[in-house]
Amino acid sequence: MRGKFKSLPSDWLTDKLRNENPEKLRKLLQLIVFNNDNDAEVAASGITQAIPLNVKAKLRASRSLATVADPPVRRYGGLKDQDRIFTNAYCRHDHGIKGAMSRGDWHRTKDILLKGDSWIIQQIKDSGLRGRGGAGFPSGLKWSFMNKPGWEKDPRPRYLVINADEGEPGTCKDREILRGDPHKLIEGCLVAGRGMNATAAYIYIRGEFYQEAAHIQQAINEAYASGFLGKDACGTGYSFDVYVHRGAGAYICGEETALIESIEGKQGKPRLKPPFPADVGLFGCPTTVANVETVAVAPTICRRGASWFAGFGRERNQGTKLFCISGHVNNPCVVEEEMSIPLKDLVEKHCGGVIGGWDNLLGIIPGGSSVPVLPKDTCAEVLMDYDSLKDAQSGLGTGAVIVMDKSTDIVKAIARFSHFYKHESCGQCTPCREGTTWMMNMMDRMVEGRGHVREIDMLLELTKQVEGRTICALGDAAAWPIQGLMRHFRPEVERRIAEFRAAVGFGGHLASVADDTLALPDNLGLRLPEVNAPQPQVAQA
Amino acid sequence: MLSRFARTTLPRNVIRRRLLSTTPSRRSDALFVHRDTPYNNPKVAFEFSADNMKRAKEIISHYPPQYKKAAVIPLLDLGQRQNKGWTSISVMNYVANLLEMPPMRVYEVATFYTMFNREPTGEHFVQVCTTTPCMLRGSTDILNAACEHLGAIKPGQTTKDGKFTVIEVECQGACSNAPMMVVGDDFYEDLTPESTRKVLDSFKKGEKPRPGPQSSRQTSENSAGLTALTSKPYGPGEFCQPDFQ
Repeated sequence: MRGKFKSLPSDWLTDKLRNENPEKLRKLLQLIVFNNDNDAEVAASGITQAIPLNVKAKLRASRSLATVADPPVRRYGGLKDQDRIFTNAYCRHDHGIKGAMSRGDWHRTKDILLKGDSWIIQQIKDSGLRGRGGAGFPSGLKWSFMNKPGWEKDPRPRYLVINADEGEPGTCKDREILRGDPHKLIEGCLVAGRGMNATAAYIYIRGEFYQEAAHIQQAINEAYASGFLGKDACGTGYSFDVYVHRGAGAYICGEETALIESIEGKQGKPRLKPPFPADVGLFGCPTTVANVETVAVAPTICRRGASWFAGFGRERNQGTKLFCISGHVNNPCVVEEEMSIPLKDLVEKHCGGVIGGWDNLLGIIPGGSSVPVLPKDTCAEVLMDYDSLKDAQSGLGTGAVIVMDKSTDIVKAIARFSHFYKHESCGQCTPCREGTTWMMNMMDRMVEGRGHVREIDMLLELTKQVEGRTICALGDAAAWPIQGLMRHFRPEVERRIAEFRAAVGFGGHLASVADDTLALPDNLGLRLPEVNAPQPQVAQA
Repeated sequence: MLSRFARTTLPRNVIRRRLLSTTPSRRSDALFVHRDTPYNNPKVAFEFSADNMKRAKEIISHYPPQYKKAAVIPLLDLGQRQNKGWTSISVMNYVANLLEMPPMRVYEVATFYTMFNREPTGEHFVQVCTTTPCMLRGSTDILNAACEHLGAIKPGQTTKDGKFTVIEVECQGACSNAPMMVVGDDFYEDLTPESTRKVLDSFKKGEKPRPGPQSSRQTSENSAGLTALTSKPYGPGEFCQPDFQ
């Protein structure tokens, strides 16, 4: 509305308007002066009549400052050390139980447990914590699925499974928790386990993390020795066990049902849902799979209060988060920051900026290999949270920021992801098994430009056919980076194709020397005419 | 296209017998089918040592008794460690026997997970990560440096003295410390071609270089000085709600 009035000429309050259309004028002024078009309310105040018209016009001029202004724009980021949860992320201090207790772990855990399951889950719900493993499902809600009405009558054991199978390219946040703050995770298992009334927790660590698994095992042994775990965990009478299970190198085991299969000693092939793990999960028992970071923050949230945690970040994206920045930045690092920190701030403040300056930036993958790449202009605007990145047609994923400067061969970088997904597809669903191979082969050709422009759309169509047609999200994850590439860097791909067509022919001949009068094999479509968008048919008169 | 045949994992004589008119064999990272060889056949004896047996019993006790087979991955790993870094058919059979599961179920697992080597490897198993975050930081140079330094071997090959095997692997989860490689169980991060050669040289001499970043930093902090966690960590009860102070 205001914008509309700004465009009014200065002499808008003409005699004509004043005399001929007093009702319209009154309505306008009411909107301007009171920002309220409820006639009855304004009339009741009796102000409209009392103020002479010329005064009202003056009021309009000063109104923008006098009335309640927009709330000040909040800049996110700049988390203080006292608000960081993972205080030993850089392994500067003792990761053992003594060091952990001096940093506040296992402090009055008994009191948290004694508050009961619904209190814990309510705290997590109030804190606005969303799953940190990529999907961003509200954790409190997910955990509450375990406590269905009548769960006490179910004789089956109940499991909490921690997903420490961190394999998403770009992601290295859980590693810092596992080796620096293992007790935070163990205590988190106990608290989250109490919240969902689990009997045991399995921590599934990827097999490559040997040192990290050793630290976790040490932490578990120390916790048992101190009576924090076991038959009478923390002296509350609640029985809880924690076990480590090491994987053996399969990215797909980061998917929750594949992870369950893997713990059961089978190939890591995802299961169809439903039944959901909360009904039939590990060993056929109710199970919840949660990311390391999600579980490890739970005790601190309970101790410091849900409102403290909810005070960070934007609405529906609250909390703090470990971000891991890799690629072309001056000082790559892992850092815990407030959610909703602008991506540019994150890169400039904690990583010394992009190599060669911000202007040297080509694009950023903001959430690990499976989310689409963002071009430079978008990177300067987005906030690092679930909703902002979703609006930018990407995703927060695991918070793994992969920065690429102008020296990057962007097509090759994405083609390398296609290799990764081809390698890691479990082979269970046909669209993914065949599709990832096709995508890899086509992307490899796109790197050189060995293809036809129409193949870009064929490739995109292929990704659309894989997306959403598989049991788990690996098919989607393989499709999205390619879609992101074509969305933002299609001219680059087209340029390569044009260059290749101009320079290289077929049948062992260069294009310049190929004899078009001969029937040369053309399985790459190099001699096919360019397909342009269909021209609208102009009706002949 | 034809050059791709050179790196096949099939034995030579199989290729020779293949007619030109037939389609080429489907190849994956490694052959899934087991073929008896003098060094890898079911008659080669394998048994857990007393120490490992103790460990195995401990591992099995972590799972419900009717789900003993859940221990198959940890036990295969244990077997691989005892069997000089590779999982022979005897290891698989032994584990199947121990966990009372059909051998086929064990073979399935051993072929699915990439950390089980079904062929002998060198004493030091060098895995260079080449996935995009590492690639952006120059992992191709690291791979080339490692291969050349070990006597111009190709990825996937073992040196003549049997000391080193180099392979290319997918993301190892140390992306902020890229480029990196794994030797045995240890991560060597923040590599340059020079430091790669240095690390490999130490292994050649029989020493074990310090794992972790080979640059000046300790773990994954900002190398130009800490931007977070600069102050002393807060203690128990600090900043907590009144109930938990």
